[in-house]
Amino acid sequence: MTTAADPLIRLRGVTKTFGRGPSAFQALRGVDLDVAAGDFVAVMGPSGSGKSTMMNILGCLDVPTDGAFLFKGVHVERLTRDERALLRRRYLGFVFQGFNLLARTSALENVELPLLYRGEPPKRRRETALAALEQVGLVEWRDHTPAELSGGQQQRVAIARAIVTNPAVLLADEPTGNLDSARSVEIMELLQDFNRRGITILMVTHEPDMAAYARTRVHVHDGRIQSQGLAA
Amino acid sequence: MIGATFVLALREIRRHLLRSFLTILGIVIGVAAVVTMVTLGNGATEAVREQIAGLGANLLQIRPGQGFGRGGGGPPPRDFQLDDLDAIREQVDGVRVVAPLAQSSGIAVRNAANWTTTINGTTADYFIAQNWALTAGRPFTAAEEQAGRAVCVIGATVAGNLFRGEDPVGQRFRLRDVACEVIGTLASRGQGGFGADQDDVVLMPIKAVQRRFTGNRNVRAILVQVDPDYDKAGVTAAIQGLLRERRNITGAKQDDFNVFDTAQISETLSGTTRILTALLGAVAAVSLLVGGIGIMNIMLVSVTERTREIGIRLAIGAIGREVLLQFLVEAVVLACIGGVIGLLLALVATVALAPVLQVPFIFDPGINALAFGFSALIGVVFGYFPARRAAALNPIEALRHE
Repeated sequence: MTTAADPLIRLRGVTKTFGRGPSAFQALRGVDLDVAAGDFVAVMGPSGSGKSTMMNILGCLDVPTDGAFLFKGVHVERLTRDERALLRRRYLGFVFQGFNLLARTSALENVELPLLYRGEPPKRRRETALAALEQVGLVEWRDHTPAELSGGQQQRVAIARAIVTNPAVLLADEPTGNLDSARSVEIMELLQDFNRRGITILMVTHEPDMAAYARTRVHVHDGRIQSQGLAA
Repeated sequence: MIGATFVLALREIRRHLLRSFLTILGIVIGVAAVVTMVTLGNGATEAVREQIAGLGANLLQIRPGQGFGRGGGGPPPRDFQLDDLDAIREQVDGVRVVAPLAQSSGIAVRNAANWTTTINGTTADYFIAQNWALTAGRPFTAAEEQAGRAVCVIGATVAGNLFRGEDPVGQRFRLRDVACEVIGTLASRGQGGFGADQDDVVLMPIKAVQRRFTGNRNVRAILVQVDPDYDKAGVTAAIQGLLRERRNITGAKQDDFNVFDTAQISETLSGTTRILTALLGAVAAVSLLVGGIGIMNIMLVSVTERTREIGIRLAIGAIGREVLLQFLVEAVVLACIGGVIGLLLALVATVALAPVLQVPFIFDPGINALAFGFSALIGVVFGYFPARRAAALNPIEALRHE
């Protein structure tokens, strides 16, 4: 199904409506987007513009009301809930603004989690997770729980958890929203580093400084893509 | 996946030790209650059976009146006479031993010691019929029985209270105002089926008791030991026929006496304790059910509290079934841990309580397995609903949950 011409991600006429009847709210009003493998896309826009809805659809957490979402040539909008979960497990990694690590759980166990769902044997799981922690420079913090880590460290653990399965796409939702500028730069450099190693990154942000790290910038406004272009 | 799910469940339980403990407390108490009740109840049933079997094998008891104990209105039923015993002995086939019983009570005094006790008048056949051995001395001789001499065989309680460790055989004491000589002591039997002390008794030849204590020639009860080669029901019927004739009961008139088979009394009584055991067990089972509801409560709270965690798991790629399994396994593991703790608690409780309640400790693997299986089942049943709720969460909303 996948051909060389196909981009990794293709949205065609995607709409998303919440609710029905007179109170219905149209969050996306026909979005077309192509993301090539290896790209680093910053999705920008004011709050309420629909960028989060778009990210949820791109992250296979939600399905469009109408239109097509092709991931590696597969119509995601036609998949069941469980099939989308398996697709996330296989190809996607998530980084959130609020880190979303499991509380009272060591950094290593947090990073192991996606491997657990992939059914990796314990020894391989541990080795792979340690390697991922190594890549974000937190190997010596492996036994610490999130409460014992700084915000920047927590986000790096979250990134390790996202890349531990070597995903095709990493989705980052305001990854620096809770961090000061020095930590933010560290995180962006880390993301850039993983992007150079071949992971496609989709990042939502409203900070132009952070968007500057991306290769491509997409502006969303009022449920539509307003402009798409190379980063400065 | 099951293995990994177990790891997750155990981690989660370890992470919330106090909450986990409180969650399973209901199950612990429920299982402990069920197993303790049923084990002690079975012990009580067994104790009753043993004590009544100890009364003597193949033993029939004949008492005046209708039913078990004294009848209702009307004139008091006539007691038996000693020649009734002779008639049974001579005219009924299959009777091995016949012993009379005349009963009174009084204070026994020796030096400074005194003790109120039961006085049973009987014959040497009583020891055979009751299958009751002497620890020292001898039973009554025929001559003593015939003359109604004031000789006695005393129970262990009486011996202990009057003689305080001395050898009673050959000694004398005063029973009411009669001086008696101790010729033997009985082996200890402990509590009877109704909690009475069987060792608190003085046995004398029946003629002595009739003459000096009851003041009449009546026999309160007759004990008959049936030859095991004969059918007990047949012997019972023959005795009933004979006594009806001797007491002039004809036609459709009801017997004014009763022939009890002690084996039957044993069955009746142990049947009663079995029913009580079942009732207590049922009450305890309700508490187990309540324990299950406790698990469901905490699991529901836990699902709400961990909504964000579930969101993370779903985003990472857990499918609904895996989240369901995780919560279900967590509930079942919790319930099973509660079951095991409950069983241990019940073991400690029954071992500690059995001697206090004077029932034997009988380990019943069936009820232990049943209670444990039931607690696991409760984990599945009451864990399923919260688990399904967790699995059905929308990942986006779950992630947004504070």
